[in-house]
Amino acid sequence: MTKTLQVSIWRGGADGDYQSFEVPAKANQTVLDVVTWVQRHADATLAYRFACRVGMCGSCAMMVNGEPRWTCRSHVSSVIRDGELKLAPLANLPVIRDLTVDMTTFFDKWQRAEARFHPSKTRHDEVPAIKPDTPARKMADAAVECINCGVCYAACDTVRWNGDYLGPAALNRAWTLVNDERDAGAKQRLAAVSGTGGCYNCHSHQSCQVFCPKALNPTRSIAGLKRAGLAAKS
Amino acid sequence: MNARLYYWQRMTAGLMVPLIAVHLVTMIYAIGNGLSAAEILGRTQGSLIWGLFYGGFVVAASVHAAIGVRTVIGEWFGLRGKVQNAFAVIFCVVLLGLGGRAVVAVVM
Repeated sequence: MTKTLQVSIWRGGADGDYQSFEVPAKANQTVLDVVTWVQRHADATLAYRFACRVGMCGSCAMMVNGEPRWTCRSHVSSVIRDGELKLAPLANLPVIRDLTVDMTTFFDKWQRAEARFHPSKTRHDEVPAIKPDTPARKMADAAVECINCGVCYAACDTVRWNGDYLGPAALNRAWTLVNDERDAGAKQRLAAVSGTGGCYNCHSHQSCQVFCPKALNPTRSIAGLKRAGLAAKS
Repeated sequence: MNARLYYWQRMTAGLMVPLIAVHLVTMIYAIGNGLSAAEILGRTQGSLIWGLFYGGFVVAASVHAAIGVRTVIGEWFGLRGKVQNAFAVIFCVVLLGLGGRAVVAVVM
């Protein structure tokens, strides 16, 4: 007899409810495998996102048993509780349908945080050599591998309590740029992350670094922004 | 919270760390040696140093707590802008009043 998993999946919009499915259990099965099985074999109308399936694109994140996870790299065996999986759309973002959320606010906040590169040179200038061992570059490199999955945003208590808060991902990206010697936007970026909804709202609960699938530490980046913001004002 | 409020909350916290340590050690020392309330007041009343010590403590605690409460009411009750700031200012003034009254009673 085939072993099965009991899977509850959120269906509908914000006022939806969980629907139960029985999914064949397999060795080395990921949560994304489970969701894909449901869509292909049980209910083709199930909405969810994925692209690369190898932990690069950041599109498959969702709440798994109440915790935000990148589902393509989360083995069922490591997240299952009492033989059950409960899957919901990412927290702290508006639900579109089923397991998909509207990421507009998330990416708008990246823009509000000036978390984009401000070039200091043109294409006609020589490409500067970036030394990998300077303190600033090391700090940038330690935070730069973000894949925009939104896991930290969904894990953040401050985001849940304060809708203005820019969130760990945007602030982490801003920190990498503050430490990028090629960037020319430090002044407006520090102003952007120091105001209402900025880095000073972070309570350092560290849920972002606990759940970041890339093992980044946005709390540390935000602490760096706090120091840099104060130094810029003095 | 913005940079200015963050700065003042951290500065007042830093100020309170040694003040709390001195307060606790002094309190334990005084009680441990069996001093009565009258004997303690006899040492603090008229003392400019204790007045400055506890006066500074009250100011630091009032500012620190008001900034924290401002954040809490923003996050828990959704208060924003002028209402949020007014609540924090009133809270600060109330703490200053209560604390100031206690300091006056101890040193005057």
